[in-house]
Amino acid sequence: MSKTKSHVATNVNGNAVEFLCEPQQTLLDVLRDELDLTGSKEGCSSGDCGACSVILDGRLVCACLVLAVETNGHRIETIEGMAEGDSLHPLQQKFLEHSALQCGICTPGFLIAAKALLDIDPDPTETQVRYWLAGNLCRCTGYDKIVRAVLDAAAEMRAN
Amino acid sequence: MRYESPESVEGAVALLANGAAAARVLGGGTDLLVQLRAGLVEPDLVVDIKNIRETRQITLEQGGFRVGAAVSGAELGEHAALKQAWPGVVEAVELIGSTQIQGRASMGGNLCNASPAADSVPALIAADAVCTIAGPGGRREVAVEKICTGPGRTSLAKGEFLVSFFLPERAAHCADAYLRFIPRTEMDIAVVGAGVNLSLDASGQCTAARIALGAVAPTAILVPEAGAALIGTALDDASLDAMASAASAACHPIDDKRGTVAYRVKVAGVMARRAAVIARDRARSR
Repeated sequence: MSKTKSHVATNVNGNAVEFLCEPQQTLLDVLRDELDLTGSKEGCSSGDCGACSVILDGRLVCACLVLAVETNGHRIETIEGMAEGDSLHPLQQKFLEHSALQCGICTPGFLIAAKALLDIDPDPTETQVRYWLAGNLCRCTGYDKIVRAVLDAAAEMRAN
Repeated sequence: MRYESPESVEGAVALLANGAAAARVLGGGTDLLVQLRAGLVEPDLVVDIKNIRETRQITLEQGGFRVGAAVSGAELGEHAALKQAWPGVVEAVELIGSTQIQGRASMGGNLCNASPAADSVPALIAADAVCTIAGPGGRREVAVEKICTGPGRTSLAKGEFLVSFFLPERAAHCADAYLRFIPRTEMDIAVVGAGVNLSLDASGQCTAARIALGAVAPTAILVPEAGAALIGTALDDASLDAMASAASAACHPIDDKRGTVAYRVKVAGVMARRAAVIARDRARSR
């Protein structure tokens, strides 16, 4: 089987990024293994757990369900772009304050998914938050603290 | 595996039709990438159709809507006019997977993946949606219910792919609805799905009815007997009961962890009836 690497030019977290990849490599493979952006986690690799959530052209997607070659010419936002230097995003700060994590594997996915929600709706209801985050699985914390952290972050972001 | 992303329908057909290579069409990828990872499919060629403009657009056509095969669920859900005209089709698509899946998954993929439990398919069949298929011989129009021939199998020939769907114009007092049964509220595969599309006259009598069921047969099925039980009635309880019985009678499901045969047969009638009530109430209000 011939394996020709493709040249892909994308924008990751506001920076122009180019990489070479094989056609079967997923965006998650490339983020983690080629670009050293290991914040996006591999959980299920079948789009069920949301640990690899990234924002692609403004849409929340699972990086495990996108071929890396598909992202040529597109914009990607990952967890690594969420804080500004040492200054945490309000969602990150509220996750800490509410203890909305234990082992942390699901946390980057939850943060990116929650950011994607607040990007389009700064004032979601609890029900909206729960449905929006239904594709992100947490096996240790439970969801109440996460939902509370998202609602609290939303309130703070609206106040500022 | 080779990846190609042609920018024209003709380019995609040429790639798909060319040579002996096993090829797969890539839409949103939410099924294909899982199958690739699991080794269930090992294509020599993947043809990404998302860079073809026609597959990504929702346009008005003859009073109805032309919906590209690769338009994502999220994009459909944000299209106010489409949602207004075909609420059942849009609510069916929006039931597929999580927010993340909605960002990618398409009606074209949901249909061509040919799962018997695909949520959008009964709604599209009830809506009388028509597929535009492109292939080496040009284009052809095919009713949605003619696409799937069994689990994972379609009637598309080598070199062909689904370009778009056409949803016809809506008259007054017409509406559709889709319901599925799952044991929880989100993120599951249909035990039974029911799509209903009704047309009423000014007096509220039913003049046309299309009932389609999912997850109760090897493919989603149109149930003409169920529709016939409603036509000419005022959609009263007796006719709705007759429709539900006809829907149940058309089922030939499997037993699996999601439900037994007896359970699915029973629930199919219940879901069809409830969806018909929603469609009726929507139709009466417009």
